[in-house]
Amino acid sequence: MKHIISALVQNEPGVLAHVAGMFAARAFNIDSLAVGRTDDPTISRMTIVVVGDDRVLEQVRKQLAKIITIVKVQDFVGQDVVARDLMLLSVFTPPDKRPEILSLIEMFNAKVVDIGPKFVMVEVSGPETKIEAFIDACRPYGVKNVVRTGTVAMARYARLRSN
Amino acid sequence: MSTQPNGGRPRGPQTAHKSGSQIIVDTLVEQGVEVIFGYLGGVVLPLFDKLYDAPIRFIIPRHEQGGCHMADGYARATGKVGVVIATSGPGATNLTTGLATAMMDSTPLVALTGQVRTDLIGNDAFQEADTTGITRPVTKHNVIVKDPSKLARTIREAFYIASSGRPGPVLIDIPVDMQVAQISPTEPEVINLPGYKLRQHGHSRQITMAANVINESEKPLIYAGGGVIISGASQELRQLAAKANLPVTTTLMGLGAYDQNRGESLDMLGMHGTAYANYAIQNCDLLISIGARFEDRVTGKLNTFAPRAKIVHIDIDPASISKNVHVDIPVVGDAGLILTELSKVVEHRPRKAWFEEIAAWKEKHPLRYDTEADVVKPQYVIEELCRQTKGDATIVTGVGQHQMWAAQFYRYSRPRQFITSGGLGTMGFGLPGAIGAQVAKPDSLVVDIDGDSSFNMTLTELSTAVQYELPIKVCLLNNGCMGMVRQWQELFYGKRYSYSSLKNPDFANLAKAFGAAGYTVDKKEDVAAGIEKMLAEKKPCVVDFKIDRTENVWPMVAAGNGLHEMDGLDAFEMV
Repeated sequence: MKHIISALVQNEPGVLAHVAGMFAARAFNIDSLAVGRTDDPTISRMTIVVVGDDRVLEQVRKQLAKIITIVKVQDFVGQDVVARDLMLLSVFTPPDKRPEILSLIEMFNAKVVDIGPKFVMVEVSGPETKIEAFIDACRPYGVKNVVRTGTVAMARYARLRSN
Repeated sequence: MSTQPNGGRPRGPQTAHKSGSQIIVDTLVEQGVEVIFGYLGGVVLPLFDKLYDAPIRFIIPRHEQGGCHMADGYARATGKVGVVIATSGPGATNLTTGLATAMMDSTPLVALTGQVRTDLIGNDAFQEADTTGITRPVTKHNVIVKDPSKLARTIREAFYIASSGRPGPVLIDIPVDMQVAQISPTEPEVINLPGYKLRQHGHSRQITMAANVINESEKPLIYAGGGVIISGASQELRQLAAKANLPVTTTLMGLGAYDQNRGESLDMLGMHGTAYANYAIQNCDLLISIGARFEDRVTGKLNTFAPRAKIVHIDIDPASISKNVHVDIPVVGDAGLILTELSKVVEHRPRKAWFEEIAAWKEKHPLRYDTEADVVKPQYVIEELCRQTKGDATIVTGVGQHQMWAAQFYRYSRPRQFITSGGLGTMGFGLPGAIGAQVAKPDSLVVDIDGDSSFNMTLTELSTAVQYELPIKVCLLNNGCMGMVRQWQELFYGKRYSYSSLKNPDFANLAKAFGAAGYTVDKKEDVAAGIEKMLAEKKPCVVDFKIDRTENVWPMVAAGNGLHEMDGLDAFEMV
């Protein structure tokens, strides 16, 4: 089962190496990892997507919490969360297919961010399923390049309040 | 005479600036460091220059690995933080085995390593290595200092992290320009570790639940590990066992946590544990684990381990709980504090049938060996050593058969009396470990019970023992091969002894060449006299006991078997 782990970490050199090393040493698999500063410049947030059963995930959570520079660890499993990926995708657009592709982009609420003679670069964000669906939809025209951020997530307010 | 009192630097009040090295030394003194083990090198010269005048004893090993094991032995003998210093590159990489050893057995260490100048880092400079990268998985925490004003705080944090919670080694990598930087000492900064939270007191509801199952249990058993010793909870363990009337078995790391001369002691459990401890595990209805972590050498085949038991697990490390076995009642916190609370709420139960069952196993399957044989049996050497030292020596070991015999046939009565590399199983730990313990306890008798292969790995440290006049005794059980490997090859590889034999030096003469005393004993009737001579020596001393090469460690739970499936219970009859 896929778990989204959200960790607050000290914004210091070496923290990512500690996290990545722990995952490798304990044979846990990272599905995706996204890191960025929070509103507090001394603290960053890592969002890590991990696949495993409950026992594995309990160890992942505990081993993460054990890393000195990790301030807080949370597993979003069973919680109502907003989870989003950001993707840049470059798709082949021959002139005769352009309208078709543009309407597809509109359908997915995506955005054209660059246009070249043969390709357009599209920015799309959303839940992972939507991202995957967009890739599939573009595949027949020829996908040149895909860049994804990995999932970021936040628990919904209603859920937070009830805690 | 110089006209520039500040050595050419701009004039100013001299107290306003200190070198990074001076700040390191001052902070080490502030942290109560009395002794450092370490080896010189280019990028730690500024630091060593300040250590020259420091009120700290300094011990130079012959190899950084030895220095790290010495700091480890010192820490295990005292409970204080051991400190080791090494230079960059090879100095730092030589520490890794020592750090990993300390990590696996939760020993508090602070390692300081020199590093090349910050502007050279990443350029493959001379003696450069990515020390924090290399040591990350073998330390509790590591950090490189790139701002000299953070030196003092980083060192304070390192001591705090190393010695608190589940202890472990912490490494600080210090580029040479940090050591020579002149900085103005500021107010002592408080420790700032937002991600390091400790839980000391156990949850009261969990403690009550644990007490309830103890009170209800017909066949309870305490399984105590090294955590009891680290916590300093031996007294509390004895109190709980006495109050609730509970038998106690310990892990290898837990030996000494519970006086083995007491009737409720079942001695060591596990792969080479006693039959009565292993049977008790398999038959108990409640297992109370205290500061132990259900390692594979302890549990044998996991799904047959303690099949009838509810499990209470007391541990300071939440990650240890339910890692290997499912735990019914976890209690996270310090063993001493939790046992004190637990003792208040448990009740005494007679449990006559259970103690009779255990007594019958003890009667039927004591530890034994062939006492009639003409050759020198290692078990006999250890029993004789135990007799002559009245069971009071501090015993340090290498890793292998001799380590298991030392665990089985010496009787430990106090914590920190048995010092061994349990988790990592580091051959070569014995001699430097003993040196560290002897530095910590100059007036105690420290004996390294070692094997020839283990001893060979670090015996150059004999030279250190001689230089510092440390009267350690090496009781060498020499079978001329890698005994434990040989045993596995005999049992599991059709007696194909693939590369497990060694041509050894004459250890007694080698010891003499180092300036230590050396004796050889190859007859059974000379064993007692050999030990007498060893104990009478004022110098470091090696006694080379030529033991029976074919002797095996029994009983044995073969890998993949359950604890009740022990081989060799009647081994002494097979000889």
